Order: sequence, then structure tokens, then C-alpha cells
Amino acid sequence: MTRDTSSGSPLSGFDLVAAGPELSREGPQTAAEPREVRPGNPTVTALRQQFPDAVFRNLICAGDEDVVYVAPERITEILGWLHDDADQQYDHLADVTAVDYGGGKPLEVVYQLWSIPHRAALRVKCELPLDALEIETVTGIWVGANWLEREVYDLFGIHFRGHPDLRRILMPQNYAEGHPLRKDFPLRGRFSRAEQTRRALTQNPEDYYVPGEIAERVPQTVEADGGDATGAEGEGDVL
Amino acid sequence: MSSRTVEYGVGRNPEMGPGGTLVTSPTVPFDAPEPELGSETMLVNIGPQHPATHGVLRLVVELDGETVVSVVPRLGYLHSSFEKLGEYRTWNQIVPLTDRMDYLAPLIYNCAYVMAVEKLMGIEVTDRCRVTRVICMEMDRVFSHLLWLGTWSIDLGAFTPFLYAFQQREKVYKLHEALTGARITTSATRIGGMMADLPEGWARGVREFANNLPATLDEIDGLLTCNAIHVGRTQGIGAISADEAVNHGLTGANLRASGVPYDVRKDRPYYDYESYDFEVPIGCHGDCYDRYLVRMDEMRQSIRILHQALDRLPDGPMDVDDPRISLPSKTDCMSDMESMIHHFKLITEGIPAPAEDCWFSVEGSKGELGMYVVGDGGPKPVRWRIRPPSFVNLSAIPRLAEGHLLADLIVINASLDIVLGEIDR
Repeated sequence: MTRDTSSGSPLSGFDLVAAGPELSREGPQTAAEPREVRPGNPTVTALRQQFPDAVFRNLICAGDEDVVYVAPERITEILGWLHDDADQQYDHLADVTAVDYGGGKPLEVVYQLWSIPHRAALRVKCELPLDALEIETVTGIWVGANWLEREVYDLFGIHFRGHPDLRRILMPQNYAEGHPLRKDFPLRGRFSRAEQTRRALTQNPEDYYVPGEIAERVPQTVEADGGDATGAEGEGDVL
Repeated sequence: MSSRTVEYGVGRNPEMGPGGTLVTSPTVPFDAPEPELGSETMLVNIGPQHPATHGVLRLVVELDGETVVSVVPRLGYLHSSFEKLGEYRTWNQIVPLTDRMDYLAPLIYNCAYVMAVEKLMGIEVTDRCRVTRVICMEMDRVFSHLLWLGTWSIDLGAFTPFLYAFQQREKVYKLHEALTGARITTSATRIGGMMADLPEGWARGVREFANNLPATLDEIDGLLTCNAIHVGRTQGIGAISADEAVNHGLTGANLRASGVPYDVRKDRPYYDYESYDFEVPIGCHGDCYDRYLVRMDEMRQSIRILHQALDRLPDGPMDVDDPRISLPSKTDCMSDMESMIHHFKLITEGIPAPAEDCWFSVEGSKGELGMYVVGDGGPKPVRWRIRPPSFVNLSAIPRLAEGHLLADLIVINASLDIVLGEIDR
């Protein structure tokens, strides 16, 4: 991208500099963040006081959005405090999602919170290295996180420890090509169209209509190995 | 914050007020002892191809007699991986993907998406564009609620309101067509503006629609609100308390029916919504009947906003005056070389967005519609995430339906106002 965006223009957003690709996991780095200009988000201040060693850094994105990076192993503790504390009351979990930046960078799990009583928003992020894609579930705090976490599991392959029903939700239960929203997943899938058709035809349609889907009788996700992938376009193993 | 509890034309069950007298059918006294029945539960599969599921939703229902023991929704029959497709497109090329998600209110999706991207890029759109988008969003809120109203009444066995509602929807279809050339897949917005300026007489058409709709709503109101069958089948069905509704992540009319006045237009105003005079209708029982009342009132509030927006629709340019964002006019492209090169570069290279992320949510027709966009400095998103309101609302259906009858499950499903395009994406 060679477009010159630095000349005097009303578009301040273009001039913003990236936060830097290397997302270090050591300690608070607030001093190094050029965008931390707004001094006092009360929630962020309180969060830093409450969890001094679990809040890594915070920044302000897109002008007015507070983002906090926290330690993934303490996520339920932190989000539970944000939910219950009388001064915070982040009672509405708007969204749980993940971001894959590609290139071996850690995956980010993003929690978008909103406090209906205080009318405040907060984005909490956790970075998970690719070899440890596991984080505790927040379904104990918000029941509504159930499907959102299932979707993140389905599309990104992040395991939510303690989730009551961690199955695929958008892709078929026996989908064996991995997790589609990961950057190493090719746009058209790992298998050729012929292979996809062959697999679809060999499936037993009655598998979709068995009573096993009712709770307590949930079958395990079939993770067939992808050794016979005929049209694999991308590198990486089939998960 | 102006919100008001919606008024009932009828008393609550069991004491029916004037106009809503429940006629109980005579029952034959039956003294015989209960017969010995097996306690085995039965599995019933509803959908994915069934009109009452409002799309390709599949519900696996475990029944004890007629009582719902458990509901397991199965999704994904309409999964098109829009979020993945978006990562391979420039910011403007994504716009057509957005209206495929909520084809019942495509303009809200078009607007919400570009508003998120404009916030990420730091673009301030023109006044005319802001008001136009408000008109588009409110018109499509009514558009979506009318479809909900029609299908809701069909699920309850009433056919006439469906015809009345769809007659009005047809007028919005015509307005869509006049604005964009398409009836459903509008793709009306662009980064920094709209696809085109408003066509001649379009505002007058919207005004006419807004003037005519209340009469239709009154008619449907008279058919349903105090109707004994409608009242008896919806009051107390699928009720959820305010705390629980918030905890389940419900938004939109489903949350407001439980008495939580959370409306993004009021709580986190965008596009000068704080300067429009409208109220947020809330219910107090959180059941299907309150959801019906709230949506009916929301349409009337949207009409109020439409009138105010049409009054203040300013003249002036529609697109931002920035050559890095807005395309040159087609006439210029055809007549001078610089404009042609400009057009070519903008189309082929796209508009770069800063390496940041941005969450922007609007009050969609189904609930809080959030867009989360992550840029990396290039013309394509690293991640484009939609927070589909129907998806989260639907996830509460096991909680709402379990313990009710199978017929009530259909009503509860209809009352949630889901659209499978955005659930499966």
C-alpha cells in the first residue's frame, strides 16, 4: 500500500500508527503505547489496581474504545469482577470472538462488554499462543456466552475449559477440515470440490437425525484424519 | 432517556378486561382415573425445511406427551462463511455481503457495516448522508417488523394481518428499488457515503409510506391486540425476567419486553439519535405478548423518527469530499483521463484502514447489531466480525421453551424474530 496518507487531511484515523506486530506478554507496557492519551478510564484504573499483575496493557482504539489486555489464565476472575463489582457492573456481554492475525502470531480472544447501568463499554482481550489454544469459559458469568464460545471453538479451534456443551455450531459435527476462520485455512477449503462431494455422498444421512444430540447423549465430534486430502491448497495439518 | 411501558388494551390472564373476554370452551366432566401411560419421551424433528422455523433452522425437540422437555437447535444450514469471504475483499467490496445476512432489513446491515469501517478510518460523513442513513435504517426497522408481524400472526393461525403487513412491505420494496435498483440485496452504502444520491421524489415516497402505515398498524392492532385467541396463546408464554434476559445476552425488543430499557439508539447514540424525539417502549412481563406489544410500538416510534428525519433532510453532497475515499463522478471518468485513473486506482487498490480494531454497534431490527472490524493498514480487513443479534437471541430458546407445549414453542420461536441469514452467516 503506497498511498500517501500523511499530507494534511481531515482523516486522523489514517495517520494512526500500528501498535506493532510483536505482542509481548510481559508486564505492563503503557509507557510505550503512543495512543494512551486519555488518562482516566475509571474501569481501567480500577482494573489495574485490582489485578496489578494480570493486566498487561491497555490502549485506546478508534478514538474512544478502551482495550485491555489481560492474562488468559485469570480471565474468569477478571470478567467475574467486572460483572459483579458495584462500580463496574458489566452485565451485558455483547460479544465473544477471536482474531487470527496470521504469521504465527498469537490468537486474540476478544470480549466486548457493556454496562447497562453505567453505559460504559470495555473490550477485554487475551492472547493465546498457537500451541496453547485454551481458555476458561465465561458461561458461568454470562449464560449468553454459550453459543458465542461454541462459535469461536468451531471457527478458530480455541478450547473453552469447563464449557457445558463445546460442540461445533455452524459447521457440521463431522467436519474434518479444521477451523475455517484461521488464517492458515485456505478460502476454498482444504479438499477439492470432488473430494468434498465424495465425502458428502458417503455420509449416512441418518446420522443427522439420531437422538444422540439431546443433552447427555452428545456424540463426540468426529475428527477424521485428513491424510487423504486430494486438493489441499494450504500448508498445515488438518486438525 | 425517555422510555415508557407499553399499555395493554386487555387485562392480564386470568382476568380478561373489556374487549378481551376469554371464551372458555365447555368441557365434558371426566371422572375416570388417569390411564397408565408410558413415560417414554419422544423426539420430534422440526425443520430445517418448515415454514414455522422462519428459515433453515432445525429444532430437535424432546417431548413428554405435548410438553417440551428439551430443545436442541441445530444451525449452519445457511452457513456461507461471510466473515472468511470478507477477509479476501476490500472494504467496499464487503458491502454486498452484508445485506445477504439480514435480508429482512438489508439497509440496516449496509449502514452498520460502513459506519463501523468509517469509525475505524476516522471518516466523518456529510450531514445529508447521516440523515439519509437514519431514514434507511428506520424504514428497514419497520420493514423487518412488518415481516415479523405477518409471520407471527400466521404462526398463531391468523392470516389476514399477514396480507395487510405484506401490502405495506411491498411499498418499502418499491422504495428500495427506487433507491438502489434492487428489492432485497440493496448494497446501498459505500465507505464515506451512499451508492448514489437519493432519486427524485424518493423522500416524498418515504413520507407517503410513513403517513399510510399507521392506519394499517391500527387495523392489525384491532385484529390481534385484544383478540382472545391471540392473547390466550401468548400471555405468560416464554416469559423471562429482566436479569435473566440480560444474562442470556438478549437484545432488542426481546430484552425490552422484559423491562430493560436498553436501546443502542438511546444508550450509545450515533448519527444524532439523541436529537430525535422518540420513546423506547418496554414491557414488564417478558413474555411473547409483551414482545408483540413492544414491536408494534417500535414501528410507531420509527415512523416518528422517519418524519423528523425527512423534515431535516438537508441538501448538499452525499459523499465525503475526499478523493482517497469517494469515487469521481461517472461523467468525469468518461471525459477526462485523471478522473479515470483516479477511479481505476480507487477500485483496484481499495481504501486503506489503520492497523486498529473498532467495535461499532447499532440498534438493528432484531437487537444490538455489532460490527467488529480489524484492519492492518491495508485495504482488506484482518477480521470482520458480525455480532448477529438473532444468534444470541435464539440461544435462549431452550430456556424459554422448556416446560411449555409444542405449539407454544412455535410461538416462542416466532416471538424472538430471528433471521437465519445472520445466524448462520
